[in-house]
Parts: sequence; structure tokens; C-alpha cells
Amino acid sequence: MRQLLTFIRKEFLHVFRDRKTLLMLFGLPIAQIVLFGFALSNEIKDSRIAVVDYSKDPVTTHIISKIAASDYFDIQRSLASADQLQTAFKKGNIKLAVIFPSGFGDDLMHTGNATMQVIADASDPNQATTITNYMNQIINDYNAELAKDAHQPMQIVPELQMLYNPELRGAPNFVPGVMALVLMLVCTMMTSVAIVKEKELGTMEILLVSPFKPIYIIIAKLAPNLLISVLNLFIILLLSYLFLDLPVKGSLLLLVTCSILFILTSLSIGLLLSISAKTQQAAMMGSLMGMMLPTMLLTGFLFPIENMPLALQVLSNIVPSRWYFIIVKRVMLKGLGLTSVWKEMSILSGMCLLLFAISLRKFKIRLQ
Amino acid sequence: MRTLRFLLEKEFRQILRNRQLLRTLLIAPLIQLILLPLAADYSVKNISLVVVDNDHSPFSQKLIAKITASGHFRLTGYTASYKEALQMVEQDKADIALQIPIHFERDLVRENTKQVYMAVNAIEGTKANLGSTYLNSIISDYNTDIRLRWQSIPSAPTTANTSSTPTTPTPGAATSPTPIVAATSSTPTISTSSSNWYNPYMNFKLYMVPAILVVLITAMTAMQSAFNIVQEKESGTIEQINVTPIKKHIFIIGKMIPFLVLGLILFTLGLLVGWIFYGIIPIGSLLVLYASLLVYLFAMLGLGLLLATYSGTQQQAMSLAFFFINIFNMMSGVFTAVDSMPGWAQAIVSTFPPSHFIKIMRMVVLKGSGFADIIYPLTAMAAIGLFLNTWAVLNYRKTT
Repeated sequence: MRQLLTFIRKEFLHVFRDRKTLLMLFGLPIAQIVLFGFALSNEIKDSRIAVVDYSKDPVTTHIISKIAASDYFDIQRSLASADQLQTAFKKGNIKLAVIFPSGFGDDLMHTGNATMQVIADASDPNQATTITNYMNQIINDYNAELAKDAHQPMQIVPELQMLYNPELRGAPNFVPGVMALVLMLVCTMMTSVAIVKEKELGTMEILLVSPFKPIYIIIAKLAPNLLISVLNLFIILLLSYLFLDLPVKGSLLLLVTCSILFILTSLSIGLLLSISAKTQQAAMMGSLMGMMLPTMLLTGFLFPIENMPLALQVLSNIVPSRWYFIIVKRVMLKGLGLTSVWKEMSILSGMCLLLFAISLRKFKIRLQ
Repeated sequence: MRTLRFLLEKEFRQILRNRQLLRTLLIAPLIQLILLPLAADYSVKNISLVVVDNDHSPFSQKLIAKITASGHFRLTGYTASYKEALQMVEQDKADIALQIPIHFERDLVRENTKQVYMAVNAIEGTKANLGSTYLNSIISDYNTDIRLRWQSIPSAPTTANTSSTPTTPTPGAATSPTPIVAATSSTPTISTSSSNWYNPYMNFKLYMVPAILVVLITAMTAMQSAFNIVQEKESGTIEQINVTPIKKHIFIIGKMIPFLVLGLILFTLGLLVGWIFYGIIPIGSLLVLYASLLVYLFAMLGLGLLLATYSGTQQQAMSLAFFFINIFNMMSGVFTAVDSMPGWAQAIVSTFPPSHFIKIMRMVVLKGSGFADIIYPLTAMAAIGLFLNTWAVLNYRKTT
């Protein structure tokens, strides 16, 4: 026991003496939460648009002023002709263009119908759909104004309530995702590189010839990373509560337990990686290239998993951060309890045990 | 000049000898480029809906039928009470809960107005936005339908308009919803005809593949260049180079050029992959793309170099590089639009080279922008690159 404690102390000293790595270990989650919590959002406001008004009558002026008054749009240009649209789009200055044909107001009054053109830059299809819809809504409102005097019978009034996140902030979706991502990547990378570094430097040989059992070596290596990750977790939760107005609605104990489970799983993955890598570079590149993008994309916080092709949906089941993300959302944002997350918890525990067992098995006590 | 040639020869040999590394550097990114855009799909389909119908009238049944027929929604539940419906939303079994209150049909006819209640899981902003918009417009269409039908007596019906139909992603450049205008309408209506330019099929891959390619190149160049130099520091061979009369800048150029070449190769392979697997052919000129790529690589390699000058061990270099790369990845507009960010965040993002290059990539590949159009991001990248490289060269000491 004393031997183990001594080794753990040695590992801690290693980690805490390295200031620059510490900066990354603690600085990254903090920077990410603060930046992403505040900066990332799916809301679309102040989209820059251009207006081409061939008609210039009171009707079009009224509509244009309505558009300008709306939060959703920011009229960048009033172009003289539609030919200038291509250039404006190509420069990336505008996202949407509205064209009023000549005689718009006259058509409206005489024939009862006038059509205006809405052109969206569909490079980002979702954005295009959303702002086109916003524009349609404004036109709808205008039509309703026109029709106000004719008492419209049979009006269905939809009452909308946004649950859990009424202001549609980005933070509730991104903070759990960033938590899952950062914890997983940091644990995996740090562990794998730490073990391979000893292999490279040759000190692993010394450890192996000692009467020290291999499992103690592993525990000693994992201990400082476990502690750092738990500290990180608390820092993230504190920051979310203080700055992002995201308190933990559910049981804190449950959240911390599941997080520790997740951290252990990531540490095991790092362990597994370290066994197959020969150089630090390989370990790092492996965990970065092999884990970063897949984890980002398949966790489910950037892109909904149900949108993906079936093969990738199946693949996402293997990514532990996917299950952790669900747990964090349910416990932290919705305030649910053990009954709602027991399924995900058992999957995580299963993965953790399995990975740990495999890495213990494969840990070479001889140098090959 | 001769020394530079010899240096380059040494560097290339070292890289080519390391087969495992070459594989990670070239093959892994390409595999990811092939597989990951399949996952990157933001389009909102199959929104799960749970309905509580307290009225059970022909009106409510028709409304539900219309909603499910629209194709945007999947009816995952039909509960007896609003409480149960909310529970389903809690359990992630449904995204939206719709309640049609009792006496829906009766009150619509008698009192001319009646509410319906929608509760939307707003954790994911895009889904909530689009879901509620679709639902609203379907209800509005339905409203118009029943109004017309109710008033289909020979006298002049009051107006109807369907300019509220959202631009659903259907193929074809123009989707114009035709307004149902009665023959003699007492109130005029405006309708909109919308078109989608540059991406008429609303294909997300066109938007994501260029960005993912940039992400992969960023990770590779910044990390690798930092690592390479620090590896020499750790193994001690940098001491030997430092005692030679080699000039600082020759050494640095000698280190950068191999990775510049690797970056170019990776980018070309990436474009080929984009063409073969996704049918993406850049509309703009390749010259513009490669010129921007060179400026971008200059900036990123400068960053890697700078990080290397501050790191003593490979682990430190990795940590620092990882810090920056992670922040670049999330904030540079790959997954969320830069325009949605608050002003201060946009200012920070404008100092990131990847954000400019991603913008350039998307503009040139999708819209065919030329040099004149990208002059602002291009100069920004060049300025940042110059700054990073100068700082790195000044910071690098041959004598410790």
C-alpha cells in the first residue's frame, strides 16, 4: 500500500511540475465553457440582407420598413438592380435578397395579389430555410394587417411554449456537449501520452523489473488524471452556474457519479491506446486523429444522431461520450433522476469494465 | 542556399522513413473526410411529435392527419393527457407536444377563435425553431382550408393566402408556394416566391465537406510542425544544429517547407476525395483556392513553430497545440455560424486563421468567388501569418 501511495505521489509531482501542460488541462475546459457558452448559439439574428425595389411605392416602402424594424434582419444594401446580387452574394456580404417587381403596389390594389421574390444563399441550407421562414412570417404579419378589418372567422391561435430553454440560448445544448468532449479527449490523450513517454524514455523498463505489480503501475498512472478531471468537472459546473445561468437542476451526486464513471471509461481508452503506440507522437496523433473528430461528430451535440445514416448511428453507440451526453442533459438540464438514466449508466459501466479488463490483459510486462 | 537544399533533403528523408507517421498524416484524415460528412447533417427531419386530442372532433382529426402527412413530423405518441405528453418530451421520446383542447371545433365555429397549445423541447435551438415554424405554418394552412370550406357559399369568399408555407427543402431552384386567392377577394394579399441559390438541392455535404477538410489540415499542420521541432529538442539533435553556422531563418524555412508540401498534398487528395465521393467540384478557380491554401498553411505552420519555441517536451507541445486546435474547431464557423455570435466573440474569431480560410473555401467552392471577393479574409490570414511567424523567429534562440 505504501508503495502504491509513493508511486501516486510521484505521478502527481510529474504532472504538477509541468506548468504548460497544466495550463492546457485546466485552461482548456475553462476557456471552452466560457467561450462556447457565451459565443455559440443556433439563433439567427441580424442576418444581412439586400433589398432591390423596382417599384418604390408606399406599399413597398412600408414593407421594407417593417423588415428593417425586425430583429431578424439587418438591411445592408439597397441595390439598384438585381444584376448586382451575384457580386453581393459572392462577396459573402448578404445572406438573402428581396426583390419587389415594378408596379408592386398597383398590382396589389387592382388584382388583389402581388408576388415578391426572396432569394436565399443556400450555402448553409438551415440558415437559408430559417431566414426565408422569418421573411415569410413578416409578410404574413403584413397580410394579417391588411385583412384586419375583414373580421377573419375561425382563427386558430397557436400558443407556443419553449421548454427547458425558453430563450433558445446555445449554452444549454453546448455546455453538456463540451463537457463530454473535453473530459473524454483530455483523459484519453493525457493517459496515453504519459504511459508511452515512460516507454520512450526507458523508465518503464525500470518499473517493470521492479517487484511492483503492473496493476499498481496502471493505477498510479491513472490517479492524477482522475483527480484533475474531477476538479475540471467541478470548475465547469461552477462556471456554468455562475456565468451561464445553468444550474444543475437534478441531483449533483448523481451527476458526479456518472461523470466519474465516464472519466474512468475515457482513462481506460487512453490506457488501451498507450499499449499499442510506440512513440509519443503516434499516441498523440492516434488519440487526436482517431478520436477528436469522431467524438465531436458522433456524440450528438453538434449534429442530431437521428439524422445520420444508419451505419454511423450504430457506430455512435460505441462512443462513450454519446451516452454521457444524454445523462448530462437529462440530469443537469431537465432535472431527472436515476430512473431516467439507469440504462445509459449501465451501458457506460459495462464499457468501462470491458475496456479496463482488456487493457489490463494486454499490458505487456515484458518489453516487446 | 545550398544549406537549405541539404536541410530539405534531410527533412524529407526523415519523414518518408517514418511509414507509420505518413499513414497517420495522410490516410487517417482522408478516411475521416469520407466518413464524417455523412454524419454532419443539420437538416431537420423526422421531428417526433406527441399529440393530446381532447376534442376528438372531425376538425381535430383532420388537423392531426394534415400534420402527419406533411412529412416533417413523426407521430410517436397519442396520449390521453397533457401530463403524459410532457413526460414523453422529458424522456426524449418526443420533441414537441401538441394539445388540442376540448370543444376545439365548437368554439372555432361559435366564438371564432380557439387556442391550441404546443410545448417544444428547446434545448436544441435549430430543431426547436424549425419544428415550431413548420407546425405553425401547417396550422395556418389548415386554418385557411377550413375557412374556405366553411364559407364556400356562392357569395364572395373572404381571402385566403398561403404565403406562409415554409420553403421546404425540395429539389429545384425555385419553390414558389401558389397562393389560394379567391376570385374576388376583399383584402389583397402578398405572396412570396423563394429561390435558393448556390445549393438548390439544400445539400449539407456541400457546406460541410470543405470545412471538415480545413479542420483536418489544421490539425495536421499545426501539430506536426510543433511536434517535429520539439522532438528534435527532446532527442538532443537540435543542439547539434544550433552549433552549426546555419542561420536561424534558413533552419526555420527548412523545417516549414516539408509540411507545406504535405499540406498541399493532403489538400489535393482531399479535393479529389470530395469529388469522387461527394461529387463536389469547386465552382471557383483552383488558383484562388491554392493561393489561399498557401497563405493559410503559412499562418498555421507559423503557429506550430511558435508553440514549439515555447515547449520543452512533446507533451507540452501537444497540450498547447491541442488547446488552440480545439478552440479553432469549435469557434471558426465549422459547426455553428460565426454570424450568430455576439460582437466580442466575432472579434476574437477574426484573429483565427481557420475561420477566414473556411469562409474562403465555402465561398470559392460553392459560389465561385474570385480574388476580388475574398480580399478581406485573405489579407487577414496573411497579416496573422506574418505576425505569428515573426514572433516565432524572434523567439527562437539558437543559444539557450
